[in-house]
Amino acid sequence: MAAAEEQVVRETTRRNWLLSAPALVVLVFTATLPFVIVLVYSFLTPGQYGNVVWKFSTDGWVGLVMTRDVFDDTLGWADAHLTIIWRSVKLSFATTIITFVVGFPTAWFIATRPQRSRPIWLFLITIPFWTNLLIRTFAINEMIRNEGLINTVLMRTGLIHEPIVMIYSDGAVLLGMGYAYFPLMVLPLYAAMDRFDMRLLEAGYDLYASRLSVLWRIVMPVVRPGIIAGCVLVFIPALGAYVTPRVLGGGKTMMLGNLIEMQFGQGRNWPLGASISITLAVITLVAMLIIIRRAGRETAQ
Amino acid sequence: MKKLLMMATAMTLVSAVMAQADGVLNLYNWGNYTSPDLLAKFEKETGIKVTVTDYDSNDTALAKIEAGGAGFDLVVPSANFVPIWIEKGLIQKLDLTKLPHHDNIAPEWMNVDYDKGREYTVPWQWGTTGMAVNSSVYSGDINTSAIFMDPPPELQGKVNVTPEMGDVLALATMYEGGQPCSEDAALMKKVRDDLLKAKPMWMSMDYGMEEKMATNDVPASLYWNGAILRARLRNPDVHYGYPKEGYIVWMDQVALLKDAKNVDEAYKFLDFIMVPENAALISAFARYANGISGSEAFMPDDMKTAPEVVIPEEFKAAGHFIPTCPPKAQEYITAIWTELQK
Amino acid sequence: MKRFSVTTMPGFALIAICAFAVLYLPILTIATFSFNAGKAISDWQGFSFRWYEIAWANTEVQGAAIRSLIIASWATLISVLLATPVALATTRTAKFPGRTFIYMMINQTLVVPEIVPAVALLIFFAAIKIQTGYQGLGYLILAHVMWCIPLAYLPIRARLEGMDLSLENAAADLYASRWQTLWRITLPLLMPGIIAGAMLCFITSLDTVVITEFVKSGGQDTLATYMLGQFRRGLTPEINAISTVLLALTVVLLTGFFLLTRKRD
Repeated sequence: MAAAEEQVVRETTRRNWLLSAPALVVLVFTATLPFVIVLVYSFLTPGQYGNVVWKFSTDGWVGLVMTRDVFDDTLGWADAHLTIIWRSVKLSFATTIITFVVGFPTAWFIATRPQRSRPIWLFLITIPFWTNLLIRTFAINEMIRNEGLINTVLMRTGLIHEPIVMIYSDGAVLLGMGYAYFPLMVLPLYAAMDRFDMRLLEAGYDLYASRLSVLWRIVMPVVRPGIIAGCVLVFIPALGAYVTPRVLGGGKTMMLGNLIEMQFGQGRNWPLGASISITLAVITLVAMLIIIRRAGRETAQ
Repeated sequence: MKKLLMMATAMTLVSAVMAQADGVLNLYNWGNYTSPDLLAKFEKETGIKVTVTDYDSNDTALAKIEAGGAGFDLVVPSANFVPIWIEKGLIQKLDLTKLPHHDNIAPEWMNVDYDKGREYTVPWQWGTTGMAVNSSVYSGDINTSAIFMDPPPELQGKVNVTPEMGDVLALATMYEGGQPCSEDAALMKKVRDDLLKAKPMWMSMDYGMEEKMATNDVPASLYWNGAILRARLRNPDVHYGYPKEGYIVWMDQVALLKDAKNVDEAYKFLDFIMVPENAALISAFARYANGISGSEAFMPDDMKTAPEVVIPEEFKAAGHFIPTCPPKAQEYITAIWTELQK
Repeated sequence: MKRFSVTTMPGFALIAICAFAVLYLPILTIATFSFNAGKAISDWQGFSFRWYEIAWANTEVQGAAIRSLIIASWATLISVLLATPVALATTRTAKFPGRTFIYMMINQTLVVPEIVPAVALLIFFAAIKIQTGYQGLGYLILAHVMWCIPLAYLPIRARLEGMDLSLENAAADLYASRWQTLWRITLPLLMPGIIAGAMLCFITSLDTVVITEFVKSGGQDTLATYMLGQFRRGLTPEINAISTVLLALTVVLLTGFFLLTRKRD
């Protein structure tokens, strides 16, 4: 009997690997191999006008945590990097929360529409995102600037007398990021909710549970994979975002994405850009793994 | 399933149609910097179709071309990058016999430090970087870099500084009494310290000032003359100042890439833009002057007398070209810039 | 007495409607200002088709827009085709050697900021371009596929995890082959997840600017890179017009697609 079981396991393993093969092959060539290149670059010397010189150097990695003052030639901790990392983490976290708080009801709303109209609602919610992000961000700018839509309406109706300065603020960036990453939260949530058996809710109410506890104890656990997927899809890309913070934040406060991009641009330090990216990648990958492992263990229970 | 197949076939067909025809030229240029009228006229006269691909910074362009294989013929580097392109062997020396209009290049632009005799490049546009101020917010002297280095009370928290490393550092260095690309450690340290002190009084470090200054969202900015001219045309309160401590003159020029495939077409284009009327078309688009003699006659009226384009006599001496900085100077600049941006 | 609705949660509908409104506001702004007679991306100065005429003549922008659509369509198609089998292989199955490895591999592009694969692919593809001389859209499509695979994978996986196994077990009990079960039961049930993943892919591909900027060859600007190039020198108002046209086009196309597929039901 054990031999037959082993046979089944082996067959399943082989089948799963075969199924995954095409995707893996594509990714090895387009993602892994290039990442190896980036890893190699992090150990090279920066070229004078960008690019790299093929000479081994650990400066890329040292520069991650320490900065050399170019005038005093003293070495100090790169606390600017820490500030930027912390700022990005805070912002991404806030974005995730916002998209969740707004996205969960929205996904629920769509999932509870009559079956026939659901595709229409889905359609409606994705239409705005078929316009390019850059122009949408500029449109947001249009709305919040001093003579923009919001201020003009508020001033015309006499609610305020001076325009509220909203551009170039953290709030503007948050608005832009929430907007940009909204579908990444809603769509996975919806996908998980769509098949939720509404009779479970009825059962809950029959047992005199309040709406809140029905939500917490029945809905949430079942749609949990969707919640996790949504949070992952928002938080991680948000960490590396740079278009929205650039346009709406005014460029004075740097995020991780801006920091890395600068190294490949005017900062002319590709190895440092490489090392920061790899560190970011490793940390997020590990975090993702931990979350998925824990979620997997709990669903198994 | 059938629908998927139909879609796939349709997409393949459309993709095939996108393939390029003969008689083409690939121009790699700054975004929003090439006049469509110019290209239309060129195509009408020569039958060559020009495809423009955009870049947003000198660094990106350099990185892409250096990596190779991109398939461009012409590129438009800025003055201080030209020696880098030459040194790296990315652009080729021009065969002047193929450029009959070469003598049209204005004498003051013919023997520039970075390309004596214009053997590698053909002028595209040139301009200045200075201070733009909205006179309804501040009516004092705007011809000084103090606007951003040490803003007057009315402008504190209201100045935008363009995130252009070369321009900002050069203006700041000249403000402190030095020359651009200075290697004087003590001076550069002062530059860094003063920049860091000034930064909290800045509003932002952003582009798009031709919009934002016209709508009075940003009252003052370090910016390029042509864009400010465009802003002034919409909002007459916007004025352009030439910092007396020293302001920047820059120029962009067209170069022929070493691995260009459409060389003959490229030469035709290079010659084409040295004809005065055509050069005027380039200028009319972005509102910057060009380096070709005789083109003034064909320029739009608002440019002929605009103080942003025609530098007033009293300020001419303070204009400086930014040279290609030697390694030590570049190291200072990059280090200061990195610290400033954080 | 009001009928107790099982599915309503207090305040949810309100939040959802507000979300829809906020989502559409910028789009409506863009569409409205595309008819602005004035030059600015603001300052309403009367109704005019001016920018549409200019956009009609601006072949560069048109080419960029069409190219964006082509790349996005291909990238979505390929990503979904690649991601679905992997999702099936790695979800709801017993642990098999390498499952975590596959999971990490699939999601590796999620965890880095766009500039990293952009630079890496620049170097990688440049070498190939020089060797083979091929310079078509294939590189861009491949790059977008790489970027999109996890975005297709995660929603499909989320959907799969929440699915009820009983239907498939019933099919197995009725001696349906694995292939039949897959084709007639699992995949149709999985559709919302696949569609969600496809939509995410499409949207993201349209917006991918840094990767496209670095990987593109001559004449391969997408709408995203075209606008990035304009960033420094000021956006032109015909961008509003072309975005509106693009939007209208996509809406029409997809409505048609939806109607066609619905007739099947």
